[in-house]
Formats: sequence, C-alpha cells, structure tokens
Amino acid sequence: MDEIFGAPGQLLASTIRNATPLVFAALGGMFSERSGVVNIGLEGLMLISAFAGVVGAFLSGSAVVALAFALAAGLVFALIHALMCVTFEADQIISGTAINLLALGGTGFLMVSVFGAGGTSPRVEGFGEVPIPLLSSIPVVGPALFSQSVLVYLMYVMVPATFFVLFRTPFGLRLRATGESPEAVDTAGISVGRMRYYGVALSGLLASLGGIYLSMGILSAFTENMTNGRGFIALAALIFGRWNPIGAAGAALLFGFALAVTFSAPQEAIPNEFLQMIPYVLTIVALAAFGGRAIAPAAIGKPYRKE
Amino acid sequence: MTEERTRGGTAGVEAPVVLEMRGVTKAFGPVKANDGVSITLGRGEILGLLGENGAGKSTLMKILYGLYSPDEGEVFVDGERAEIRDPKDAVSRGIGMVHQHFTLIPALTVAENIVLGAEPRKGATLDLAKAIKDTEELSERYGLRVDPRTRVADLSVGAQQRVEILKALYRKARILVLDEPTAVLTPQETEDLFSVLKELVADGLSIILITHKLGELLGISNRITIIRDGKVVETVEASGTDEGALARLMVGREVLLRVEKTEAKVGGPRLSAEGLVVLSGAGAKAVDGIGLEVRGGEILGIAGVDGNGQTELAEALAGTRPAESGLVRLDGEDVTRVGANGRQGRGLAYVPEDRGAKGLVQDFSLSENNALKTYDEAPFSKWGWIFPKAMRRRAAEALRAYDVRPPDPDARAGSLSGGNQQKAVLARELSGDPGVIIAAQPTRGVDVGAIEFIHRQLLEQRARGKAILLISLELEEVRSLSDRVAVIYDGRIVGEVGPDATDEELGLLMAGRTGGEKDA
Ligand SMILES: Nc1ncnc2c1ncn2[C@@H]1O[C@H](COP(=O)(O)OP(=O)(O)OP(=O)(O)O)[C@@H](O)[C@H]1O
Ligand SMILES: [Mg+2]
Repeated sequence: MDEIFGAPGQLLASTIRNATPLVFAALGGMFSERSGVVNIGLEGLMLISAFAGVVGAFLSGSAVVALAFALAAGLVFALIHALMCVTFEADQIISGTAINLLALGGTGFLMVSVFGAGGTSPRVEGFGEVPIPLLSSIPVVGPALFSQSVLVYLMYVMVPATFFVLFRTPFGLRLRATGESPEAVDTAGISVGRMRYYGVALSGLLASLGGIYLSMGILSAFTENMTNGRGFIALAALIFGRWNPIGAAGAALLFGFALAVTFSAPQEAIPNEFLQMIPYVLTIVALAAFGGRAIAPAAIGKPYRKE
Repeated sequence: MTEERTRGGTAGVEAPVVLEMRGVTKAFGPVKANDGVSITLGRGEILGLLGENGAGKSTLMKILYGLYSPDEGEVFVDGERAEIRDPKDAVSRGIGMVHQHFTLIPALTVAENIVLGAEPRKGATLDLAKAIKDTEELSERYGLRVDPRTRVADLSVGAQQRVEILKALYRKARILVLDEPTAVLTPQETEDLFSVLKELVADGLSIILITHKLGELLGISNRITIIRDGKVVETVEASGTDEGALARLMVGREVLLRVEKTEAKVGGPRLSAEGLVVLSGAGAKAVDGIGLEVRGGEILGIAGVDGNGQTELAEALAGTRPAESGLVRLDGEDVTRVGANGRQGRGLAYVPEDRGAKGLVQDFSLSENNALKTYDEAPFSKWGWIFPKAMRRRAAEALRAYDVRPPDPDARAGSLSGGNQQKAVLARELSGDPGVIIAAQPTRGVDVGAIEFIHRQLLEQRARGKAILLISLELEEVRSLSDRVAVIYDGRIVGEVGPDATDEELGLLMAGRTGGEKDA
C-alpha cells in the first residue's frame, strides 16, 4: 500500500483537502434544495468565486479582501439564480445550467481582460497552512487533520453549524417546511419567496468558500475550469447524504478520498485515465444505489405560485 | 353594526357578533364564485355553511383567511373593520382555519407543524421542548389526542385533522373555520370531533362549519346559511328546519335523499378475487386473504372502518398495486399479472378514493384529464398523433352529462371545487361504458344533489348489467345502494349481510366481532 499510495497520513491529508470544497458546496446545495430550489449551478458558483478570490488577492494582496471578493461573487451569482427561479419562476435546471455556462465563459473572458492571458492566472499569496498547536502533533492524523488551511477548520465548524441551523432554529424549520410544502408555509403566514431567496443565497456563500479554497487553499492561482465537475460531485454527495449536513459531509469525504487516490497513485500501477474515472464512477454508483431511495424535499424543483 | 341584515336571511344572531362579512364578491375570470355574500357569526355560535359543489363556500372562507383577496366587500371582526391581506393578518385577528385539503407537512413532526411560523424560541434557537409541551397542554385541554413527537406522515386522517385544529388553537384562534372536516372521517371520528367543537364553543370560540352532511349540520349548528351560485339564499335556525328543506334550499329543487332501487337482475360473475393478499406501503399485510365475487347487475358494497384494507383492496383489484398472492379474475380471465391499463382495456373502471392525488392531474386541463386513460386510442389519437379537438369535444360531452361545473374542457382540474373534481373523475370513468366498476368513496365531499345524481348513475349502470364494487365509509350509502354488503375488518371479509341489516349488526361486524348474526 505505502509504496503505491504514499503514507496513510498523506492520503488522509489529501482526502481532507479534496473533500473540503465538496463539503462546502454540498452544504450550500443543501440550503438551496431544502428550500425547494434545485441548484445544479454549484459548479459555476464555485468557479466564479475561485476566480474572484484570486482577483481580490491579486489586486490587494490581502487574504481577507480575497475572501470578500469570493463571497460577493458567489452571492451575486446565487441571487441571479434566485431571481430566475423564484421571482421569474423559470426552470431551475435551465437557470442552474445558465449559471454554470456564465461562470465558465465569464471567467475565461475575464482571465484575458484582467490578467492579459487565459489558462492560468499569476500566482497570488494563498491561504497558508496553519498548524493547530498540540492537535497537529498527534501522530499520523494530527498533521493530516490539523495542519491545514483555516478554510479547512472553517469546514469542520460548518458541518455541525449547518446541522444546528437546519434542525434547531426557527429559520431551519421554516426552510425545511418551504421545501416540503410551500402551500403550508404560505398559510402559516411565512413568505415562500423570501425563504427561497435565503436558501439560495446561503448556497452561494457556502459554495464560494469551496471555490476560494480550490484556488487559494490548494493552489495559489486560478486555472480555467478548475472546478472540473466538483460542483456536480458535491450535488451527488448531497443526494447520497440525503439532504442532511452530516450525511452530505460524510459522502463528500468519501468522494474526496476517491479524488485523493486518483491524484496520489503513480501512473505505472494503474492507468491514469482509469483512476480519474473513480470519483465519477463512485458518484454514479452512489446515485444508482441510494439516489432512488433518498427522500428529496417534496416540493423541490417546483416554482411556487400563489393562486 | 347589525342593523344591516344578512341578505335574504331570516335568522339573526342573538349573541354579540364576533364576525361579519359584508357584500363579498369574488370572480375567477367569468365565474362569480361569490356575489355579494354577507354572513354574521355570534360569539359561542356554530354557523353552518351549506351549498352545492362550487357554490363558493371555500372561496368565501379563503377570503376570510386572506388567501384570496375579494373584488368587493368588507370584513368586520368584533365590530371593527378588518383589512385581511394575507393569512398573517387573519391569524392576528384571531381567525383560524382547517382547510378542505390539509396543509400539514408530512415529513415534519406534529409539534413542528403546529408551531411553524410562530415558533417558541430560546435565544436564537427553536425551543422544541416548549413546542412539545404547549402542544400537549392544548391537546389535553380540548381532548384532541395526538402525540407531538410523531411524524405527520404516520398519522391517520382523523389525527391529522386534530393537528390542524391544534395549529389554529396554538395561534389563539377565537374564530375557527372548518371546511368539510368530516368528509374524510369515520363516524366515530366525526363524533369525537363534534364533542371537541362543543367544548370549544363552550370556551367562547365561534365556529364556521362547512359540510355536505345535512344530518350532522342539523345536529351541531345553531344557524345555517345557505349559498347557491355564489349568493346567500337564506339563513335559517337549525332547530326550525329539516334535511328535506335544507336540500331544497341549496339545490333549488326537490332532492331524493334516498334513491329508489329496482329489482336486481343478477348475471354471471364478472369480477372476482381468490385468496388475495396485498401489502400496504409499509409492507404489512393490508389485505389478508380476501375472496369475493361481483356479478353482473349487482352492487357489492364493502363496509368497514377506514384503514382496514379498503384502499389496498381497491388498488389491487384495479391493478395499481401488486397482489402479493392470490388471484384476480375479470370476466373469467386471470388478470392478476395484468397492469391497470390492461384491466381498463378489458372494461374495468376505477374511481379512486383520493381524487386529488390519484384521480386527476391537477395541473392538466379537464379535457386532458378526461383522456388520461384513453389518449392512445381513437378518436383521441391515430398513428401516434394526438387530436386535442376530439379530446375537447368528448370532454365537453362528459362534463355536461355529469354536471361538472364549470363544464369547460380547458379549465385546469385543480381550479375546480372539491366536489366537482369528484364528478369529473366519475365522468371519465363511467362514460367509457365499462363492464365492471370499482368505486371507492364515490360521493366523498359532494353535495346532496350530486350524491343523488351519482347514486342514480351507479344504479343505472347496475340496471344495465354492470358489476359494481362499492367501497364506502358511509353506512347509509352502502346500505341504500348495495344488493349485498360485505364487511371488511383487518384485511379480511368478516361477514356478509343483506342491505337491510341493522346498524348494530353492521357495527359489531365492523368492530371485528364475527359470529354474531351470521357466520362468514
Ligand atoms: N383558484 C381558482 N381558480 C379558478 N376558479 C376557481 C378557483 N377557486 C375556485 N374557483 C371556482 O369558484 C367556484 C366556487 O368554488 P369553491 O371552491 O368556493 O366551491 P365550494 O362551495 O367550496 O364547493 P365544494 O363543496 O365542492 O368544495 C367554482 O366554480 C370553482 O370552479
Ligand atoms: Mg369547498
């Protein structure tokens, strides 16, 4: 094992790094879908934020500004999705696809206008690794789990935090209710549209954390289409995890592990193309095995129109 | 404030008036659902609202609850003009509503459903413990038994209704509107509900009750306002009227509350089941070895308390639910492995009990719904091509023949009133000239005039030699239509009696006590 995949500690660290953007995006997707709005635009939301973060860092040299840029980009794109789906009652799949295409084309175009060339942006100062004292010195798991970027620690906090918000606050109850039965929410005197805007906006903010972690946590530059399907894997993790924060995070970890294996395996052992399929094959298998039985919010995908 | 008498009304309120709706008008396109309707409600009173399907009762109540905005008219609560723009306004005025179609969320627990939108908080968090405690207190106080921790999806219809009432009470409703609360209840559940309602009015609440069951209305209400075609016809004292008079007022003609039945001309067996075992959605044996036979020219009634396997039996016979074991025969042919579409092609018609979910596609037009099962046959289609004109023409005929209002083939099914949806399903199922008819709760939620009409239709089919299986929770209905009555209990037929069996006889069988009068 060790010769093929490197030390277990390294594989674990790589799993965490690969899972982090998936977890953020899956949690984001959860807020949107729990409110009843399908969000296949996660991919685009991550991509645009990955880019915006790098631009912020490039212009200011500050990680805080970069983060603000990423969050703002994710939020704006999410609000476009909400505007289309909630206010204009457009088809949610089409709107999400539009977000993805817009992000892909838009970042490609802006690469040239901001940095003068496509492909890969200039290097920026990324989020460095911040070892947590004591915890990071635990053998094997210590460095893997606790010698990471602050965004990874934020991800650790975000999983229970979103669980708490969803299941222990009035906001969470209303959000879940909106995804199940907008009619009931309406008769209870709660605005369905507002709840859905909140849900989609939160998905934009969380997905943007995943995006900026890709460009400034793992790398220190933006590369065109660097999300490369991660938004869709996150969506699969969400379904696999049954729209539950803990479940989605668990599924994202599994998919992150598959990605880590792909990246760490030497080419001679197994053909690279085959390895690269693993996360996607796993996604399909997971969806086929559990997707049908997963219980989606009952009113998901349907625009709500008051009679 | 009460000088202005209810239009056409004769019976006035004695108690202080808590609610007055004045001159309410509401049109949906060309349909005037409410046309200058005025009603008054006194404190501690139960006011009955009576009217045909589509008369505008639900519309009036939805206006009161802020779900629809009226074109004209005013609402006064405690003598004060109330501007009710949305349900929140209604709730803040102390108005609560139990809808004709429930608005509970199956995936959430009882307590979560009840507090939704008015959640008890501890800091920023939801105080679930308090929600459960409040729910328990309320249910204790009014005898509305329900466990706050169960998921609504796991509750019986009667229990769901109690949750709806608790939801209104939790919001401190002083005026409670119940839109056809008893349509889906068993007689026992209805009795329980009514004792709760009496408790509530004794506590100073005022109630508006909509039901098509005249006997119930006479028994519990103080006054009854009758609405026809969106207008108030009259308001009468419940103590000074009777069922015949009420039916006449609401329909505008004499109504036969019990239709005449001709002598049965029984033919050969057409629909039969042997050792039928059917599983419920949860995997339990809902039908546990049922054998039955329906012959041409007769109506076999299935009586029983709701939830004893009726739904699964009907679905297994119709082919929409697989049989675990046993046989289903249609005109002698074994159709156990034949799907619903194949059975319908062999002349089986099926009126499902849940018309909203299983009978109609709510977002389709009536003409599309009418062709739902035969869209792939002439004259609706040829060479894989659909002819909407033919669909519309056929639908228009069927809708007129079955008095569906409005008889507009282009109307969206979901826009019809509850009873008219039921008639639209019947129109589709019976107009295809089927040989065998399975009718589950065919008159649930329809008005007395329409009940008479539907009963006539079923008896006419019987006279034409059709075999009819009638599944109903209404004992009166089963008895007046059936030639034989089989009683179902716990997934088994526990006995068969004639239509002249007494209430006691049937009641004992329905409670699962066999071996009383006759052995099965
Ligand atoms: N949202 C709507 N859009 C169009 N028409 C509607 C709508 N709601 C009701 N209507 C029409 O208004 C009329 C009154 O309907 P309403 O539901 O108030 O009847 P109802 O008295 O409650 O009947 P039922 O006893 O069958 O429930 C009907 O003709 C119905 O088709
Ligand atoms: Mg109604």
